[in-house]
Amino acid sequence: MKKFIGFVQKEFYHIFRDKRSLFILFGMPIAQILLFGFAITNEINNVDIAVLDKAKDSNSKELIEKIQASNYFRIQGYLASEKEIEAAFQKGEIKAVISFDQDFARNLQRPETSKLQIITDATDPNMANTITNYINAMLAKYQQVNLQQHISPQFVQAESRMLFNPALESVYMFVPGVMTIILMLVSAMMTSISITREKEVGTMEILLVSPLKPITVIIGKVVPYIFLSIINALVIVLLSVFIFNMPIVGSLFWLAFESILFIITSLSLGILISTLSATQQTAMMISLMGLMLPTILLSGFMFPIESMPLPLQVISNIIPAKWFIIIIKSIMLKGVGVSFFWKETLILLLMAMVFLGISIKKYNIRLA
Amino acid sequence: MIPIIFILPLMQLVILSNAATYEIKSIQMAYVDHDQSLSSRDLMSAIRGSSYFESPMYFESARLAEEAILKDEVDLVIEIPNDFENDIINAHHPTLGIRINAIDGASASVQNVYLQQIINKFNKNIQLESFNSAQSHAPLSNIESITSFWYNQNLNYKTLMVPGILVLIITMLTLFLSSMNIVREKEIGTLEQINVTPIQKWQFIVGKLFPFWVIGLVLLSVGLLIAKVIFAIPMLGSIVLIYAYTSLYLLVVLGMGLFISNFTDTQQQAMFIAWFFIVIFILMSGLFTPIESMPTWAQYLTELNPVAYFVEIMRLIMLKGSSFLDTTPIFLKTLTYAVVMNTLAVWSYQKKN
Repeated sequence: MKKFIGFVQKEFYHIFRDKRSLFILFGMPIAQILLFGFAITNEINNVDIAVLDKAKDSNSKELIEKIQASNYFRIQGYLASEKEIEAAFQKGEIKAVISFDQDFARNLQRPETSKLQIITDATDPNMANTITNYINAMLAKYQQVNLQQHISPQFVQAESRMLFNPALESVYMFVPGVMTIILMLVSAMMTSISITREKEVGTMEILLVSPLKPITVIIGKVVPYIFLSIINALVIVLLSVFIFNMPIVGSLFWLAFESILFIITSLSLGILISTLSATQQTAMMISLMGLMLPTILLSGFMFPIESMPLPLQVISNIIPAKWFIIIIKSIMLKGVGVSFFWKETLILLLMAMVFLGISIKKYNIRLA
Repeated sequence: MIPIIFILPLMQLVILSNAATYEIKSIQMAYVDHDQSLSSRDLMSAIRGSSYFESPMYFESARLAEEAILKDEVDLVIEIPNDFENDIINAHHPTLGIRINAIDGASASVQNVYLQQIINKFNKNIQLESFNSAQSHAPLSNIESITSFWYNQNLNYKTLMVPGILVLIITMLTLFLSSMNIVREKEIGTLEQINVTPIQKWQFIVGKLFPFWVIGLVLLSVGLLIAKVIFAIPMLGSIVLIYAYTSLYLLVVLGMGLFISNFTDTQQQAMFIAWFFIVIFILMSGLFTPIESMPTWAQYLTELNPVAYFVEIMRLIMLKGSSFLDTTPIFLKTLTYAVVMNTLAVWSYQKKN
């Protein structure tokens, strides 16, 4: 045990001596969470659009003013004819064009319907869809208020309550996701690199002939990183609570427990990667190229898993981040107890054991 | 290394492009029906008939249904009140209780819109029934909006995501490889040996970076082929223009990699810094969330994000068929970026030695 403590101490010195890495390790997650917390949002505002007003009457002007006044859209310019639409889209200056028919106002006075076209640049489908919905909503309101039209009486009304996130803040979605990505990549990357480094430089052999058991060497290398990752997790949680006003409805104990469990799972993955690779370069390429995009795309961080094709929903189950994100949201936002996320917890635990099991097996083969 | 450089990224392109969709479908819902009447069943079958919702699950009480939300078994609950049918007949305007899991705020509001649409239609049907016998209502003149989705009529997410993810993969791979490369020689100690050979510095740098430039272009070629053959993504613009832009773009990324390499002592440090920038580049590229929605200061920051330029170029040239003239501003910015980045890189390399 004393030898082990000594070894861990040596590893700590090793990390603390490298001031630059330490700065990177702590500074970067903070910078990222601040940047993303403020900058990333799914809502739309200030979308640039153009108007093609063939009517030029009081109604079309009124509507344009309404659209202009909203925070959602910014009228970038007026087009003279349909031919200019394509050119404007190809320059990438605008995302949509609203076009009024020539007899827009006249038709409003008659039983005919006035036509208005919404032409969107659907190379970003989400944007195109949202723009259409917003403009249609404004139209409906305009008809109701300005044209004094009585909309059909609502026999049945609906009252919607948004649970867990009444203000529909994007931050609630992104903070758990960013936290997961940071913990996952930092933990997996750091361990895989620090172990392969010893291999590459040749000092691993020296460690292995020392009286320490191979397993002790590995654990000793990992312990400091567990410690550092916990501090990282703590900083991220503090930032999300005090700067982004994320609630922690559930228990702090379970939040801490699950974060440590996830860190251990990620570190085990890092160990597994290090047994699979001979050079730091390979280890890094696997942990970065191999983990980054699947973690961002398949974890439910950005894209709802239920909307994915079935094979991908199945694949998403092997992404540890998916389970951690579910747990974090359950604890921080829903405030439920462990009876609601024991399955996810067991899965993370199982993953950690499988990663470690394979690593030990591989490791022994290499030694023999 | 070869499988990691080529097969892993391209496999991700093929698989992950299918994952990136904001489309909301197969919404899981629960319902509580306190009325058990013809009308409440009509409403539920209207919901069942919609393509957005999965077949709703029935719960005895609101409490049990809410528990299903907590367990993530359902996304929303609709509660039909007592006397729903009677209230409709007597024009007492019954209120449906809807509860939506809003952790993902954007999805929640879309789900709410879908449900409101169904309820509006349900209202219209009641209206038709009740007015059918009475005098027919004079049709109100109203505004009709016609929507056209250009360049992507079916709102297919892959049209955007395949070229977008290809951009991410090319950037990640070339930045990682180049930022690790020279620092590796430093770490192992072979850089000193090279420095005492008669080879010139620029020759050394060009020799180091040229292979990665080629790898980037090879990835682009295979990726475009995959986009065409597997995903049938259109190529409206000039493919030559895309190659021209990528060649320029790779210089920015490689210069950045070299710069990182010069400022670090170990591969671990280099990798961390590369990772830091890549995550920022990816999440702020405008591919997953719109740049327009960011606060103004963040929009200025994206001017420094090469990935945002490349994603925009793909969208413009490949999907909209923009010409060189349309994309000149981006070309010029990228060119400036490449010159600045590489000057910095070479300068810092010389200073070190």
